[in-house]
Amino acid sequence: MAVIREFVFQGAEMLLVLLLSPLLTGFVRKMKARLLQRQGPPLLQPYRDLIRLMRKEVVLADGASWLFRVNPYIIFAGTWVAASLVPTFRSGLLFSWSADLIAIIALLGSARFFLALAGLDVGTSFGGIGSSREVMIASLAEPAMLMIMFTLALIAGSTQLSTMAAFMLSSEVGLRVSLGLALLALIMVAIAENARIPIDNPATHLELTMVHEAMVLEYSGRHLALIDLTSELKLLLYVSVIGCVFTPWGIAAPDSSPLALAVGFASYVGKLAVGGMLLALFETAIAKMRVFRVPAFLGAALMLGLLGTLLLFVSRSL
Amino acid sequence: MMVVYALYGVAALLVLAPLAIALGRSPRGSAVIYGASLIVTLTLGMIALLNLFEYSGRVSVVSLPLGLPWLGAHFRIDALAAFFLVVVNLGGAAASLFALGYGQHEDSPQRVLPFYPAYLAAMNLVVMADDAFSFLVSWEFMSLTSWALVIAHHRIKENLQAGYVYLLMASFGTLALLLAFGLLAGSDGNYAFDAIRATHANGGLAALVLILVLIGAGSKAGVVPLHAWLPLAHPAAPSHVSALMSGVMTKVAVYGFVRIVFDLLGPPDWWWSMVVLGVGGITAVMGVLYALMQHDLKRLLAYHTVENIGIIYIGLGLALAFKAHNMPLAAALALTAGLLHVFNHSVFKSLLFFGAGSVLNATGERDMEHLGGLIHRMPQTAFVFLVGCVAISALPPLNGFVSEWLTFQAILLSPQLPSWGLKFLVPAVGALLALSAALAAACFVKAFGVTFLGRASTPAAQAAKETDTNSLAAMFFLAALCLVAGILPGFFIDALAPVTRSLVGISMPHQAGVEWLSIVPIAESRSSYNGLLVFIFIVFSGTLAASAIHRLASDKLRRGPAWDCGYPDPNPATQYTASSFAQPIRRVYGTSVFRAREIGEMPAPGSILPARLTVKLRDLIWDAAYAPVADGIGYASEKLNSLQFLTIRQYLSLVFAALVLLLLVLAIWP
Repeated sequence: MAVIREFVFQGAEMLLVLLLSPLLTGFVRKMKARLLQRQGPPLLQPYRDLIRLMRKEVVLADGASWLFRVNPYIIFAGTWVAASLVPTFRSGLLFSWSADLIAIIALLGSARFFLALAGLDVGTSFGGIGSSREVMIASLAEPAMLMIMFTLALIAGSTQLSTMAAFMLSSEVGLRVSLGLALLALIMVAIAENARIPIDNPATHLELTMVHEAMVLEYSGRHLALIDLTSELKLLLYVSVIGCVFTPWGIAAPDSSPLALAVGFASYVGKLAVGGMLLALFETAIAKMRVFRVPAFLGAALMLGLLGTLLLFVSRSL
Repeated sequence: MMVVYALYGVAALLVLAPLAIALGRSPRGSAVIYGASLIVTLTLGMIALLNLFEYSGRVSVVSLPLGLPWLGAHFRIDALAAFFLVVVNLGGAAASLFALGYGQHEDSPQRVLPFYPAYLAAMNLVVMADDAFSFLVSWEFMSLTSWALVIAHHRIKENLQAGYVYLLMASFGTLALLLAFGLLAGSDGNYAFDAIRATHANGGLAALVLILVLIGAGSKAGVVPLHAWLPLAHPAAPSHVSALMSGVMTKVAVYGFVRIVFDLLGPPDWWWSMVVLGVGGITAVMGVLYALMQHDLKRLLAYHTVENIGIIYIGLGLALAFKAHNMPLAAALALTAGLLHVFNHSVFKSLLFFGAGSVLNATGERDMEHLGGLIHRMPQTAFVFLVGCVAISALPPLNGFVSEWLTFQAILLSPQLPSWGLKFLVPAVGALLALSAALAAACFVKAFGVTFLGRASTPAAQAAKETDTNSLAAMFFLAALCLVAGILPGFFIDALAPVTRSLVGISMPHQAGVEWLSIVPIAESRSSYNGLLVFIFIVFSGTLAASAIHRLASDKLRRGPAWDCGYPDPNPATQYTASSFAQPIRRVYGTSVFRAREIGEMPAPGSILPARLTVKLRDLIWDAAYAPVADGIGYASEKLNSLQFLTIRQYLSLVFAALVLLLLVLAIWP
């Protein structure tokens, strides 16, 4: 019985992240519009966009290979699996131990690998520019993310997100400099990885500034819908990771009552709302930076992560 | 008895070499030689596997009345040797199978065939040798046979140059190893490994041996800054030999390092690990940065070997640190990570070199800028090459990720190390490892994307044909192995248990019994990974998404011209090339590491001259370490040249002066 219940929870988690992610994106868009004194699109617009795209036929470029057609599914599957392994409203998911934080980072890396290949497949110059910039950004963001993981894992004594969340809830954490550094670095990485301002602009199609949009320029129809859904999932994943590690309050324990589950769910939605609001505020307040200033931005994140880890290594023996 | 059977196998390979000279020119020659090599290496691999699994690394020894009369030749198979024999013969068997097809296209088979089985035999002998003399003789035999294979296509000028540099570096490395064994054997001249094991070298002497081994074995493995020969020599050989050199021979060099440092040298000092870790970290990052700047497919792969050797050395360095601080469980974890990466790298690097060889055969091109679009012409090669690329980029669910994951877990155990130097070094090495993993992924997006995707940029790439069945069989076998080792890593970790038990006294917890076949290095609350489940998960959700969309939404598809923001250009020269793809990364890292400079020449308005962009890169390691030595030798030989043209009286007086000098030295010597 217990196993079946766990299966249900894992399935619910997979569905939940899938269903909530367009809403989060819609919410951020709405917030940004309101901050600019505009009405903005309705909250449910991303769902409508996805459904519309799914129903349309695919126009495939002449030189596209089989990899180009398979790629959206690979990218989507990798990101979805990663997103559904992050504890959202309930910790101790059935499969959460099958991949720890390192594996989640690497799964996102796999998704990016195939996305960058998709940019090169048709052999257009825009696809190439997007892919080459994306891998440049990733070459700094991924090590930064791993250093953040080091910091968190050393504090919590585990690379499992569930254990980390449980540890952060316990009283032995206290305020630590390393945690602050890790949070700051994680926010910087999350902004870069989700192609948000100031790294990239999700709303632009102005050629010279595109990174993510340039890579997926040749996609259309259901393929594009999947790619869009994947980036929405990725945004949700990063907000969930930050929420689960740095604000773990409210996450229901594995064997808790329906009431605790409801509290967990409500707190999760609340965290998403706060995260989305802060993101909208930040994006409105800042200007996009030149592509070649991105390394400085991400290099700072990498150094913060390294500093956090180094502090932990050194302070252990004091 | 195991070792005797293994020696019969080696003898069979050695018999094949002269047979190949006789058969060399006949049309069936290559099929016979490669087929026989395949059978023999498979048998040898089976023997090693049997030793590792069935007898869990039981030692078997034999001594033959060969070599030095008072020493004889000792051979031995223990767990460590058995594991490396598996790696050597698995690579050898795959290369032989690949060569059954690939070797048909060889222009001058008589230059390759005799050396190929001898080279395989030499690598087996190095791993089995149990005294310094047989070890060094086999080592040198391995160097010379591979050198002969490097210059097999000697009419290409670059290959001769590569062979020359390789020969110099190989002799230099052997010299360092010779001195190391001399120090280990002591004044009694006990060259048998058993005798060396019994007498532990003391502090200063052991340190000197460590440095010499790092130079000797490291130059063969390709650690920075001793890597200079590797990216020249590995690509120059025929592709199946390149695969052996990169995938297998560098591992034999790692074997030499492990054998001496972990087994013969006695208990380690803590600072040894600092040296090994530092070298490993720098090697990993420099290797991948060099690789990113290449546009020759085989040279790119060779530089990636340098990177992966760095990752292996990081694992070994951590194991040394834990061993020195008496933390055997952590040492077992780090050593397992390093050795598992040895196995993994030999699999995917062989696969990638086979892929590059198939491309070379189909198009005659190694330069990625002249390829492109091969996924349409060579779909199966493209698929297996993609598997290799994902595996080497350390992405789940394939095998490269597992060994890097284990290395990260080992790094996370290291705050418990008491020494301050390591406390500062290990996080930095962790950052270097993370950086090299991310850069490797970038590099293989480039390698696969520019070679196989996009549009064909030359008629040669346009006219490519899929490669033959034997080559494909070898590549599919290795690709399957990448997947199996990625999703069922527990069995591979368990297979390494006898090796770690013999070197650090303890092995990682038994993995095969863990629920759902996941791997748990220390405790489940700490970390666990289940490649099988992740793989099933990805396949399941991908299929679910595909079938749901195709059934419920739309499955219509139409072909049309590329969109490209409305300005598609029919000329394939407008697509991204290898150098343009690497340009952002070159700008970020290259300005400091390679002193990269871009010089744009824009002709004046009205001029009909073309605009040009030249990129200048400097290899600082070559400039700092190799060029001065080469210049010095050139200068000295220029000066000494006049000694060739003396009269007989001057020669006689020179001899006399030398005699007097020697007698003086003898007289003054205490």
